[in-house]
Amino acid sequence: MNGPVIELRGVSKVYGAGQAATHALRGIDLRIRQGEFVAVMGPSGSGKSTCMNILGCLDTPTTGTYLFRGVDVGALPRNRRALLRRHYLGFVFQGYNLLNRTSALENVELPLVYRGTPTGERRVRARQALEAVGLKGWESHTPGELSGGQQQRVAIARAIVTGPAVLFADEPTGNLDSAMSRGIMALLSALNDTRGITVVMVTHEPEMAIFAKRTIRFRDGRIESDGRDRGAA
Amino acid sequence: MVWSVLLLALREIRRNVLRSSLTILGIVIGVAAVITMVTIGGGATAKVTADVASLGSNLIEVMPGQGPRPGGARESAAMFKIEDAEAIAREVSGLLAVAPVATQTMQAISGSANWSTTVTGSTNAYLQTRNWPLAGGRQFTDGDLRAGSAQCILGATVRRELFGGQDPVGATIRLQKLSCQVIGVLAKKGQTSFGMDQDDMILVPLRMLQRRIAGNTDVGAISVSARDGVSTEKVQRDIERLLRERRRITPGKDDDFHVRNMQQLVSTLAGTTRVLTALLGAVGTVSLLVGGIGIMNIMLVSVTERTREIGIRLAIGALEREVLMQFLVEAVVLSSFGGLVGIGLGLAAAAAGATALEVPFILNLRIVALAFVFSAAVGVVFGFFPARQAARLDPIEALRHE
Repeated sequence: MNGPVIELRGVSKVYGAGQAATHALRGIDLRIRQGEFVAVMGPSGSGKSTCMNILGCLDTPTTGTYLFRGVDVGALPRNRRALLRRHYLGFVFQGYNLLNRTSALENVELPLVYRGTPTGERRVRARQALEAVGLKGWESHTPGELSGGQQQRVAIARAIVTGPAVLFADEPTGNLDSAMSRGIMALLSALNDTRGITVVMVTHEPEMAIFAKRTIRFRDGRIESDGRDRGAA
Repeated sequence: MVWSVLLLALREIRRNVLRSSLTILGIVIGVAAVITMVTIGGGATAKVTADVASLGSNLIEVMPGQGPRPGGARESAAMFKIEDAEAIAREVSGLLAVAPVATQTMQAISGSANWSTTVTGSTNAYLQTRNWPLAGGRQFTDGDLRAGSAQCILGATVRRELFGGQDPVGATIRLQKLSCQVIGVLAKKGQTSFGMDQDDMILVPLRMLQRRIAGNTDVGAISVSARDGVSTEKVQRDIERLLRERRRITPGKDDDFHVRNMQQLVSTLAGTTRVLTALLGAVGTVSLLVGGIGIMNIMLVSVTERTREIGIRLAIGALEREVLMQFLVEAVVLSSFGGLVGIGLGLAAAAAGATALEVPFILNLRIVALAFVFSAAVGVVFGFFPARQAARLDPIEALRHE
């Protein structure tokens, strides 16, 4: 499609008011096109997580405009933003955030349940998603029975099962050792290459950022640098 | 979607079996209490009503002396005479039968068998006032009654004790030294709700009892039966007025006799049962309320424990009302399951209680349905607040929750 999937125009986020006000973002302009793989870096407190929350439609800007596929997200009520997440976005978190005591297959099925996909189709698509992340044969295992890397793969399967336009990954390798981390990054790269899923990933590890095609650095609520060259670190 | 929400709720409940069962305990106890009490109460009312009906629900009994009342000495009062009964029959309208009654306890002997029983002297009207048919033989003739001839009709218990399985009609029994021919046998009537065996009696002509056994002309009581549709209260008032006149009681002085109206007895007993049922029903309702608060409490704990899960669901795209529904359904499933268990326990307890108290077990489906609906409603009411709490969580905060 033409035009950016994501466009931020002068986005600021202020927490609190008056003297106690904290400026998490101070006027961000950003465009991300379909099919990009973006790494968002920066020290803690630089505003990258706030930016991710806004991009993920979990939060709204205080001022400025966030256009997702041309739609002004900031103007949408809570439930419409939920529907936007349901139909266009996938999330992967640092802490995996899988449902405990629930099998890998059922975890992956969860977004389809809210989409109202019929049970049979749900099964098939969840199995395919698990196969795509290399977890064929682990469908009935619960998160407690899986390694960290496997749990994160289940989370990725859950994020891609709906065929989202954008996949948001918040420090996806933060809890993993380097071998497992590289596996996850390879998987995200592959999904970006083969399926054309736009990936926006927050990380503070330069060796993970090199998997991305574009690196955006945050500092003090502003974009410090935005490089398209590989290995910008 | 409805089905998957229900399955989800069931799974969530199964995960915490012990906690879930403790949570619903209040509901279980409340529902069980209500069901037990209403069922047993209904059975007791039915039994009392049936007992009184077997006595004759239009029966009015007139007895000399003041009725049983709390405190105060009772004056001794003159007995009635046959003429009092005749006057009632003549002057009070709306009556089916009037029977003067005198009784005496004595030994009845037949061959080697002997049995202590109550000998009742009266007329055929006695049987009419009590809806009491004969099982065999015949009633007294007018001649028998006038002459006071030595004839008798046996109650079922006396017949069994004196004659076993044999037909006693035509045989002769002895009442003290008096030979008495058996002309009939009464149908079995059973016990009253006060545990008295109504069949343990022998009916003889009133004049025979007066002349040959008691040696006086006293009548101990008068049984009156009103026609169907006639107000027993009015009949009672008429009898009271007539008897005051006949016994020359000046205005302002208390009656020296009393009238017992069976319909009053029925309504008194039914009223007592109703009050008792209402009282225990109220206790059950309070228990249901406490049970509901218990459910709210546990649901709030559950929402806190599952904050992260709620955050995941919201982030994935669950709507507020979907999360609300999930927790509400869980609360309703919990509480209505408690209701079902309570109904089961209540009915079992009612069945056991009915057997122990010898009252019929009457299944009141309306109360069962009401109890179920009420317990489900408790879930809706007390589940709503925690469910709304869950639905309104901020997904970012919820995901950060440890």
